Amino acid sequence: MQEYEVVVIGGGSAGLAAALSAYENGLNKILIIEKNSSLGGILNQCIHTGFGIHVFNEQLSGPEYAQRFIDKLDNTSIEIKLNSYVTKIDKDKTIYYSNDAEGFQVIKAKSIIMATGCIERTPGAIKLEGERLSGILTAGLAQRYLNIEGYLVGKKVFILGSGDIGLIMARRMTLEGAKVLGVAEIMPYSNGLRRNIAQCLEDFNIPLYLSHTVKEVKGKDHVEQVVICQVDENKNYILGSEKTFDVDTLILSVGLLPYNNVLEDLGVQMSSTKGAVVDENYQTSIEGIFACGNALHVHDLVDYVTKEAMQAGLGASRYVKGLLKHGKYIETKNKNGINYVVPQKFCLQNIDKEIMFKFRVTKPFQNVKILIQDGDRTIKSIKKMFLLPSEMENISLNLSELKDCKSLSIEIMED
Amino acid sequence: MKNLTCIECPRGCNLTIDDNLKVTGNFCIRGQKYALDEISNPKRVVTSTIKIKSLEVVRLPVKTSMPISKKLMFTILKYLDNIQIEAPIKCGDVIIKNICDSGANLIATRTILK
Amino acid sequence: MTYDVAIIGAGIVGCFLARELSQYNLNVIVLEKDNDVGNEASMANSAIVHSGYDPIENTLKAKLNVLGNAMFDKICEELDVKFSRIGSLTLAFNEKEVETLKMLQQRAFNNGVDVEILTYEQIKQIEPFVNENVKAGLYAKTAGIVDPFNLCIHAMENAIDNGVTLILNENINKIIKENDLFILNNKYQSKVVINCAGINADEINNLVNKETFKIISRKGQYYVLNHFKDEFVKHTLFMVPSDKGKGVLISPTTSGNYLIGPSAEETNKFSKSTDLKTLDEVAKQANLMVDKIPYYQTIRTFAGLRATPSTHDFIIQESDTKNFINVAGIESPGLTSSPAIAKMVVEEIISKMLPLTKKENYNPKIKKYIKIKELTLDEKKKMFAIDKDYGTIICKCEQVSLGEIKDCLSRSCPPHSIKALKKRLRVGFGKCQGGMCQAEALSVLAKFYKVDKKDIMYDNLNSYILYSKTKGEN
Repeated sequence: MQEYEVVVIGGGSAGLAAALSAYENGLNKILIIEKNSSLGGILNQCIHTGFGIHVFNEQLSGPEYAQRFIDKLDNTSIEIKLNSYVTKIDKDKTIYYSNDAEGFQVIKAKSIIMATGCIERTPGAIKLEGERLSGILTAGLAQRYLNIEGYLVGKKVFILGSGDIGLIMARRMTLEGAKVLGVAEIMPYSNGLRRNIAQCLEDFNIPLYLSHTVKEVKGKDHVEQVVICQVDENKNYILGSEKTFDVDTLILSVGLLPYNNVLEDLGVQMSSTKGAVVDENYQTSIEGIFACGNALHVHDLVDYVTKEAMQAGLGASRYVKGLLKHGKYIETKNKNGINYVVPQKFCLQNIDKEIMFKFRVTKPFQNVKILIQDGDRTIKSIKKMFLLPSEMENISLNLSELKDCKSLSIEIMED
Repeated sequence: MKNLTCIECPRGCNLTIDDNLKVTGNFCIRGQKYALDEISNPKRVVTSTIKIKSLEVVRLPVKTSMPISKKLMFTILKYLDNIQIEAPIKCGDVIIKNICDSGANLIATRTILK
Repeated sequence: MTYDVAIIGAGIVGCFLARELSQYNLNVIVLEKDNDVGNEASMANSAIVHSGYDPIENTLKAKLNVLGNAMFDKICEELDVKFSRIGSLTLAFNEKEVETLKMLQQRAFNNGVDVEILTYEQIKQIEPFVNENVKAGLYAKTAGIVDPFNLCIHAMENAIDNGVTLILNENINKIIKENDLFILNNKYQSKVVINCAGINADEINNLVNKETFKIISRKGQYYVLNHFKDEFVKHTLFMVPSDKGKGVLISPTTSGNYLIGPSAEETNKFSKSTDLKTLDEVAKQANLMVDKIPYYQTIRTFAGLRATPSTHDFIIQESDTKNFINVAGIESPGLTSSPAIAKMVVEEIISKMLPLTKKENYNPKIKKYIKIKELTLDEKKKMFAIDKDYGTIICKCEQVSLGEIKDCLSRSCPPHSIKALKKRLRVGFGKCQGGMCQAEALSVLAKFYKVDKKDIMYDNLNSYILYSKTKGEN
């Protein structure tokens, strides 16, 4: 049976960076298993610019960003299997995959990095009201049809949810000749980056209806009308505020979910993010199995995915070389105003200089402090003018700050 | 006085530009340039796809090499309708120089080998 | 060509009628308004094979339910359809409902159905997820679950294999009778017509006869939960029935998912819309039976329309017009009764209209479907040796290969739409609901049918997915 030092599952932004990092940290027998016919993952359909400001100090398009990493593979021993799908992993790190060239294969890995990305929340998951019609699509699927296959899914479009993909699609479809009549967001604030509101909606005079949601979708076989309605603070409809739009398409941009079918089957401990529970090296509850990128928690920027995946690649290389110490784990806790924290636990002995904590807030905050505490002791307090749930926060702590740390919690202090 | 959201990076600074063209609210120098451009001649990078003859894909992603005048966006998009190229092509290759007299080149943003 | 029998409607009744008739030397045509068979109530129901304790004694419902239930093992074996007798529990929450259970036990006895009343403790033994406030339950071990999509599709595939003609997208709006022959839509001539048009059966009847019955459309809304690793309910759980119907149920499905529903609302014949208010009400009812329902696993909500007859029992008879048979008002337990209905219509009604001689080469079985996900590694490798396409996984959530899709497309009742493919092989049925694989599935269909991608529909003929090509192409 073929055996690898590390097998990376998924060849998107996380998988590429993780594999390259494992290679740069001294591993040689590395395999990337990618389900599609090319590397790059979802970046290939994200043809707009805005990627790479933190990693390359440039504004790259998605495919360009991916290409930077794909080009780097040329001078490495990293093996690639395209059009290959992993259906099962055993606890002893036996991997089952198949493709149309080799058929059904079984390989062994000393370590595995899960970089399987995320999926979009569906009309079913949000219990969308109205008829089940064609013409209701998630933004990412519409984006694939437009940017990869070269088809517009409709001419008159309404968008539910102000997630970034929805905003980007509002602009893309407008540029390709569709009319976008509006975007409805159930929350009183947008879930996309501020700059995307500016350059994707305001540039084209597309109205954003905050505290609004789709109340009904009408039509016979295909979407014909979308009815939106204002909601109160408890998300109940404010009757009488309905607006009807004659459209042929309803695009949903209502959030992303880490995709971990294989990890779930394996019985890895999962967290509230729908990703695995990981430690400072991005190791899951099963030794030698690591997770990173959007499969772990949904990131706002690909640059942060890259950085996290490099850390996971380093972790896997340390694991294979037997350098990871088995110390006591300290749990990280999310308290007031914090939705989740990654990593969920850490072991001080395995931290060289510093450790990065990533988290999101539960709602928008203004002029608050982020408080990091060890019990009653404040480790760090950071002032913030704005905090938005749509933006992932990063905070680094160095070893000296964590000295004698027994517990760690992150919370928002409001005045 | 005008309020703007900077689009130069994901930070999305809230900029204010006053009647004397003084920019405030910017975290970095890019914000100042953006605000000044936005008052005089707003510019955007245009991204789209063009037809490509290839065994792997049917569309090649492209972008303008720099931000172009916002007014030219739809002109360029229309122009792209009639462009077709053949693989192989490399990421960064110039496909059309000075597209629609915008001052920017149209460049490929993906490598397609076959 | 003159047909012996024209069947209007390819729901579960039409499919089984076609199959039943296909064993005789008859020319049979099935005319279906939709782009696929089993596309209305037969697709959107509770997927339950009822035991038969519930229908009132001496009704057609009671008789055909019990007869139909007994036929399922053999039929599902022949037609390669997933079916499992998991048993049902009808739960009582107070003394009055316990009394109703006793009445139902007597009715079950009268209908010839084997049931027993279990105490809370006994129920807890076999179904630990039920709530503590359950007083007793009626246990019917012959109740089962079935894959209703493929029950229709495979029955029709088998019928077509045995010589039946299926025409899709043919909405019947004109029937005239000339010289003992019916002419449908000015195109199809037939000696006998069977009207099994579901919720539209009254309108079809009225094309030929005076109005003698009405079909009331009653909507039922459901939740579908994903399959997941943790333990959950193992039986179909019912509430004690009321005059509105059997009430909300919680049930596993043959695919490992869970169904919660249905509601019961009178509605028009077109709307299959869902709404949160009704779904919240469904959840409230279901929570009475099981309080830890993992609603976060919801992958879809949907609505189906039941064809409720104004006569309160199945309508199965020759109409005032000779040789025009109505098989109408087949609401619950219609799915369970359908094979028995088909047998009854052919043996008791058609036998008096047409000479029935058996075909020599009739084959009641279809070729078994390959399900890669369910094979051992060695079996998978063998399939790959036969066709490399079995190695390409198209639907990631449900692990369906390109080879399986191609096999399905080569069958005699193949999928023409994304939804038809989903019903057959579960492509796009999982957590991502096609977000990851729909574009690939659409490419496979377009390539197979040699059409442009924008000509592949989601469901019926106007349900396009792609509007137009970009970049000045058509």
